[in-house]
Amino acid sequence: MSRYLRLSGLEPFVLTPDIPFVNVGERTNVTGSARFRKLITNHDYAAALDVARDQVENGAQIIDINMDEGLIDSKQTMVDFLNLVASEPDIARVPVMIDSSKWEVIEAGLQCVQGKSIVNSISMKEGEEQFRHQAQLCLAYGAAVVVMAFDEHGQADTCARKTEICARAYRILVDEVGFPPEDIIFDPNVFAVATGIEEHDNYGVDFIEATRWIRANLPHAHISGGVSNLSFSFRGNEPVREAMHAVFLYHAIQAGMDMGIVNAGQLAVYDQIDPELREACEDVVLNRRPKIGGSATERMLDIAERFRGGLREEKTRDLAWRDWSVAKRMEHALVNGITEFIEADTEEARQSAERPLHVIEGPLMAGMNVVGDLFGAGKMFLPQVVKSARVMKQAVAILLPYMEEEKRLSGGEGRESAGKILMATVKGDVHDIGKNIVGVVLACNNYEIIDLGVMVPPQKILETARAENVDVIGLSGLITPSLDEMTHLAAEMEREGFDIPLLIGGATTSKVHTAVKIAPRYTGSQAVYVLDASRAVGVVSKLLSEDRKAAYVDGIKAEYIEVTERHERAERAKKRVPLPEARANAMKIDWQGYSVARPEYLGTRVIDDWDLAEIAEYIDWTPFFRTWELKGVYPKILEDDKQGAAARALFEDAQAMLKRIIDEGWFGPRAVVGFWPANAEGDDIQLFKDGGRQAPLATLHTLRQQHAKRPGRPNVALADFVAPKGVDDYIGGFVVTAGPEEKTIAERFDKENDNYSAILVKALADRYAEAMAEMLHQRVRRELWPYAPDETFAPADLVGEPYRGIRPAPGYPAQPDHTEKQTLFSLLDAEAATGVELTESMAMWPGSSVSGLYIAHPDSYYFGVAKVERDQVQDYATRKGMTLEETERWLAPVLNYTPASISVVAAE
Amino acid sequence: MPAQNKTDTFHQLAALTREKILILDGAMGTQIQALGLSEEDYVGQGSGQVCRHHSDHPQKGNNDLLILTQPKAVEDIHFDFAIAGADIVETNTFSATTIAQADYGMEEAVHDLNAQGARIARRAMDRATAIDGKPRFVAGAVGPTNRTASLSPDVNDPGYRAVTFDDLRIAYGQQVNGLIAGGADLILIETIFDTLNAKAAIFACYEAFEKHGAQLPLMISGTITDASGRTLSGQTPTAFWHSVAHARPFSVGLNCALGAAAMRPHLAELAGVADTLICAYPNAGLPNAFGQYDEGPDDTARQVALFAAEALVNVVGGCCGTTPDHIAAIAEAVAPFAPRRLPAEVAA
Repeated sequence: MSRYLRLSGLEPFVLTPDIPFVNVGERTNVTGSARFRKLITNHDYAAALDVARDQVENGAQIIDINMDEGLIDSKQTMVDFLNLVASEPDIARVPVMIDSSKWEVIEAGLQCVQGKSIVNSISMKEGEEQFRHQAQLCLAYGAAVVVMAFDEHGQADTCARKTEICARAYRILVDEVGFPPEDIIFDPNVFAVATGIEEHDNYGVDFIEATRWIRANLPHAHISGGVSNLSFSFRGNEPVREAMHAVFLYHAIQAGMDMGIVNAGQLAVYDQIDPELREACEDVVLNRRPKIGGSATERMLDIAERFRGGLREEKTRDLAWRDWSVAKRMEHALVNGITEFIEADTEEARQSAERPLHVIEGPLMAGMNVVGDLFGAGKMFLPQVVKSARVMKQAVAILLPYMEEEKRLSGGEGRESAGKILMATVKGDVHDIGKNIVGVVLACNNYEIIDLGVMVPPQKILETARAENVDVIGLSGLITPSLDEMTHLAAEMEREGFDIPLLIGGATTSKVHTAVKIAPRYTGSQAVYVLDASRAVGVVSKLLSEDRKAAYVDGIKAEYIEVTERHERAERAKKRVPLPEARANAMKIDWQGYSVARPEYLGTRVIDDWDLAEIAEYIDWTPFFRTWELKGVYPKILEDDKQGAAARALFEDAQAMLKRIIDEGWFGPRAVVGFWPANAEGDDIQLFKDGGRQAPLATLHTLRQQHAKRPGRPNVALADFVAPKGVDDYIGGFVVTAGPEEKTIAERFDKENDNYSAILVKALADRYAEAMAEMLHQRVRRELWPYAPDETFAPADLVGEPYRGIRPAPGYPAQPDHTEKQTLFSLLDAEAATGVELTESMAMWPGSSVSGLYIAHPDSYYFGVAKVERDQVQDYATRKGMTLEETERWLAPVLNYTPASISVVAAE
Repeated sequence: MPAQNKTDTFHQLAALTREKILILDGAMGTQIQALGLSEEDYVGQGSGQVCRHHSDHPQKGNNDLLILTQPKAVEDIHFDFAIAGADIVETNTFSATTIAQADYGMEEAVHDLNAQGARIARRAMDRATAIDGKPRFVAGAVGPTNRTASLSPDVNDPGYRAVTFDDLRIAYGQQVNGLIAGGADLILIETIFDTLNAKAAIFACYEAFEKHGAQLPLMISGTITDASGRTLSGQTPTAFWHSVAHARPFSVGLNCALGAAAMRPHLAELAGVADTLICAYPNAGLPNAFGQYDEGPDDTARQVALFAAEALVNVVGGCCGTTPDHIAAIAEAVAPFAPRRLPAEVAA
């Protein structure tokens, strides 16, 4: 990070080397501007703020604010003015320079600015100790400082004194106080030249030379000065003063002056100054003897009168928008927070409107909607919205007397406000910043606000609403429990027979919550969600408008019904039903008359007559490509525009390795398959030792879907696919493995630094295991459990699983419980039969292994159990004879709740 | 700021931050909400410890008060976060200032809340360290209060302020002194929506450090909730940094708000300008229609890991809606990445 002076208002300002000179606006300085002094002493703050705004618009990068006037309370005025500036985003975007000769005024000012400002100024006038103390405070408040070249003996006038004092101050600040040197701005005192006093003649040169020395010797420090002092003796002759300033700055900037208090709107351009005048200026600034003889001062006095002229015009603002239609002008004023013309524009709009109210409902509301849209899109920020609301307030104030008059003429009483709005942050919640902003915006629109504050109990809200006869209740809340409070209050309003609108706002509130939970509870009127402060006025004005309320409320109602329906659709997908309800909605297969072929054998059989080449025909290549992050369906992926080339190269390598796998017999595939008589018992599947179905062998446990289903859709469990007692059904089980060889082979590749081949062989081993599972399943259907003996699908056709029956695996969506593998493995004695082991976490080793059950019913299908509730987990744990904690641990990914075992127990 | 002794924490943290991205804890409020405590639990009747401070206001929702009435529950939450991988945990003192507690009539409890809040967190850290030997730090959490020093709540008087710099300075001073007395290792000024409030807190910290005779590392964290990318009080992230840089904080960053994805551009802006460590602890996404946070541990962790992958951060954690599982997932997700390196100082 470079050591640049870094300041901020609402926006940052960095004094980089690209910026040769910073204009500090001087117009908001009561000592420098008679006009500003008059505005301040008359308390005309609106006009005083316009002065500040003009400076920013004219390019001041920092504005100097000085309230040192004997007749006013400088400290209070500084605070008031800075607070007002803070609520004007177009001014507050630049940093301020807090300017006073009184430390207490400076400190009061520092307590009002959120940005990083500049203190102007501190010095060693009262000694080092005071200087040190004030510097420490500037550092603690986070401000840069202007240090005047001033010590116990007075203001420095010569170059030697200036540099000596600045050097001493610099050492104290940097070495003792720890002040960042880039935050120090020296003011080596600009004094008047050409005063006729000879001692003053060199003041310009002294300043410029001191500047040069400081920049060269006091690293990172900056130089500023009050330029207008220079031409003090030419008061009243603005063209000459401007020329002197421009010439002085031209030379001082070259010497290193990088900041100055100047009127940005009134500065001559060096090159455009009349050459004669310029030469005279240079003579006085640089203390040169004029070429034509005499003293520089005399020469300057001689010619000055010739250049006296009218005041130069200040840079004009762009007022093109004033030519637009009145509605557009009002919108522009609202969006940009311009109050200057709003009264005239409102009056113009009123004259052409049928009723004064139409101006509010028409152009003003349209403008505020634009503000709302811009805020929503992040193109305006909050202080700007508040500013817009204040412009609105001014416009409404113009219309108000006409509206009251209209009312009086029509026989009604003049109404003081557009409506009474009760606002409260609900019980248990203390957040009120948002609510206050909404209150501000509504109050700006002539609504009377009754703000009950925070943590307001419902009874108090309702009592006040009745006592005050309010037109609308607005509730706010930030924390989640407040949502329930709002729902409760809506129900209470219903119970007590209220018929006024209820507004809902705050960070956790939403249209969905309002529509689903709040609005249905309150039918007396309408509950309406208000997105943010910028929308509040539009909503309230419609709700309180006689002609527009009905249509608006109907629109809201229709919208909320749609929101609710959409939400319910989404929720249904997430909602769980109690286990008994899910069981009642089990899949009901008609087992009447069902029969299935008897397996060729009961018990287990090892299968080791595998042909590597034959297995390869069953490989589904799509998942293989997915392993390599190539997403697409084989074989189409080989022709894909983007991935095709990569896929083809990969496929070629895979085929080459496949050939070696087959030719060299890399893998030793093994499998074990078993079949047992089985019947469903509730959500479990009971296996029997023999066809007599009396002696139990083992129990397979299954989990049931618990999400709320549309009518006609069952909550299915695997047990639903197995026949109940009385029907001779069977279940099969299998484990296949491509063998442990892949590991050794992969390690060999790794050792040869051929990681690609190592990954390739593992990926192919995985494919082999899957292909074996597919191939074996077909053999089961045709031969081992021949319920589909005539099936003729070719290997490639099997990818879409067009055949009868399924082979769900424990740990997969249809049965997410991995521990069921233990039962399966012990039934098959799988470890002895195939060499596949179960790890502690129930993973199979070697990894290229597949296990599963065989279920034969034609209506069986693959499904996901998805998330389950506590009641089922409790029931399941009991059925399995496991503790609840253990079960929850294994089922953690599918729990629809936070298990007690991992949540914090309330203090004992 | 006056030069002061710096605590050992500075050196320990400096060493740690060179090695890794430090992990901050997750949401206290979310964990407390899960306990489903009643008004009686909050005031410590029935279960817990009866609070010796009395107020006529209801206390349900005054989460900070649980430090005094349900200390074990608070300690266990700290402990869970520590075990989940947090190097730094925040005290449960977000609202423990006289200004924020005024709404509950609990102003007089402020010193106890802060001192005890720091002690409880320290105890939980020591328990965790006894298990795994990892050093852990207690950050005294300093919230924004519910008043703004830069904005007027009164439309007719834009110059009016409901709270002044001095009100805030005094309130924050009491809080920070309490936190230091209870043994906090750092001070974390967080969820800053009005920079002037934060500047008062910074000022109060340095007054407290002077009184204490030693300086604690400061963490500063703003929040950006507007779509405009500004703080509530209207500052851009860079302007915010310029306004607080004088604190020479151990870290500056962002928290809360709209989740990690929305935070990223603002965080990148800060990381580009700040010559100190960068800290980010977003919410678990946006609250859903019912105020709950849906983002699972892996979702949040994946996004926070992107901050790390871009080398934007030195300290990460979670805000609203993040559980110990989120913190564990975040810790794991950022572990492979090196911490952001400070921009080198170059002469202007």
